[in-house]
Amino acid sequence: MRTLLPVLTVVAAIIVLWYGAAVWLNTPWAYDKAQRAGVELSTSELIADTWSQKKPKLPAPHQVTREIWKTTVEKKITSKRSLIYHSWVTLSATLLGFALGTVLGIALAVGIVFNRTMDMSVMPWVITSQTIPILAIAPMIIVVLNAVGISGLLPKAIISMYLSFFPVVVGMVKGLRAPDHMQLDQMRTWNASGAQTFWRLRLPSSMPYLFTSLKIAMAAAIVGAIVGELPTGAVAGLGARLLAGSYYGQTIQIWSALLVAAALAASLVAIIGLIQRIVLNRMGMAQ
Amino acid sequence: MSNNKIISAKDLSLTFQTNDGPVHALKDVSLDIEKGDFVSFIGPSGCGKTTFLRVMADLEQPTAGSITMNGVRPEEARRARAYGYVFQAAGLYPWRTIGGNIRLPLEIMGYDKADQVERVKRVLELVELDGFEKKFPWQLSGGMQQRASIARALAFDADILLMDEPFGALDEIVRDHLNEQLLQLWDRTEKTIAFVTHSIPEAVYLSTKIVVMSPRPGRIADVIESTLPRERPLEIRDSPEFIEIAHRVREGLRAGHSDE
Repeated sequence: MRTLLPVLTVVAAIIVLWYGAAVWLNTPWAYDKAQRAGVELSTSELIADTWSQKKPKLPAPHQVTREIWKTTVEKKITSKRSLIYHSWVTLSATLLGFALGTVLGIALAVGIVFNRTMDMSVMPWVITSQTIPILAIAPMIIVVLNAVGISGLLPKAIISMYLSFFPVVVGMVKGLRAPDHMQLDQMRTWNASGAQTFWRLRLPSSMPYLFTSLKIAMAAAIVGAIVGELPTGAVAGLGARLLAGSYYGQTIQIWSALLVAAALAASLVAIIGLIQRIVLNRMGMAQ
Repeated sequence: MSNNKIISAKDLSLTFQTNDGPVHALKDVSLDIEKGDFVSFIGPSGCGKTTFLRVMADLEQPTAGSITMNGVRPEEARRARAYGYVFQAAGLYPWRTIGGNIRLPLEIMGYDKADQVERVKRVLELVELDGFEKKFPWQLSGGMQQRASIARALAFDADILLMDEPFGALDEIVRDHLNEQLLQLWDRTEKTIAFVTHSIPEAVYLSTKIVVMSPRPGRIADVIESTLPRERPLEIRDSPEFIEIAHRVREGLRAGHSDE
């Protein structure tokens, strides 16, 4: 409850700024319209107009809210105009990409920690992979996979994986190396095998690092899934909504898709945060 | 008598190569430890006492000389799980209960389930922690955690116990109590114990043999056979005999220092 007041204050401030910016950005178009119709605008009429244009430069919060309400609650989920339908398309690619990225990330981290050759050779490539703009590589992934007959969910999930495995590798390499010299020496005095040390010491020690990485990976995964929808002419998904909205100047549609994407990412990260709290508490590692 | 030698070092040297040139952590160290001995290693920082213990445990490799544990090389002794090692920090895993922590080496060594249960119960009684099996480490005081870590080193059948300043981080009162308990434990289990310490009273109170070491290069300055009886109440520390031995240890430490 202590955090509620500051959060609400910030939200209120953002809304006030948003309304102000809407007036500022939409005023030229309001004057244009008034001039063509040959009428003078009073201040209150001007403000009312900037908050209710059909294709505003910046839609006001209530316009976006109404659009979200219309396209979620008032539409059937199966409808092509339902944001829930589009969210689900993006969410499924996000979750699959996140799962693939997590598995790949952990596998690479285990290899890097246990194998000197991998330690020397893999890490530079992992870092290089993230310096290539995802927008440049996404269409190629789609095209190449399409050529071998794979289309639909998987190409998007792979782009999502491409972004989300990176924080997992970096975090898990650090996490698996978290046990100190004394703990490793202790395992040595018991003549423990590498596998025993891994399962009983390294893996449990890495949990705080893993969860932190997973939060970043989840946020990256949803970005990946949306980016994967942009260059492909996809007809479904939040990315497709964003693209369609920008083709037709439907700013309200763009903003509502953006807000839903942000809410989706926030809830997914919050779910990981909750699991993190429970697991670390049970392991006696809560900070 | 030679088959009674549990630990035997001959002309043992260990030199670390560092950026500031070689550091002679151990130089020509020779020592025999017999079965059932309680041997303390005492000396200032850098005298190589911990390094010596780590060589016994196969955690460091000597650069010259030879050492045997139970008649074999330290590496073979480690593989045969011939010793238990107690570190300065308890090093209990926070995600395991006290019982779970003590079970850890038993799981690694492949003891069967029923045997594990029985052994955990037995060693917990031995260190007077019965009833704490289901507690987590953070629920225990520092002294209790260190006792749990000693229990963990006793749980498997190693007849050598190597202890590296196990009570160094504890306060005086807890330390006295644990010293008393450790002696009783040594008496009951008939283990051979090598014990590194900074404290003269601790070394004299516990040991049958006190090895005084001096630094740069790390070597043995004096070996004192204790004349104290096996049965030692805490009050023995006020006896003239005790004070006499403590005096000799102090002399040895001072002689080592004046060499510089």
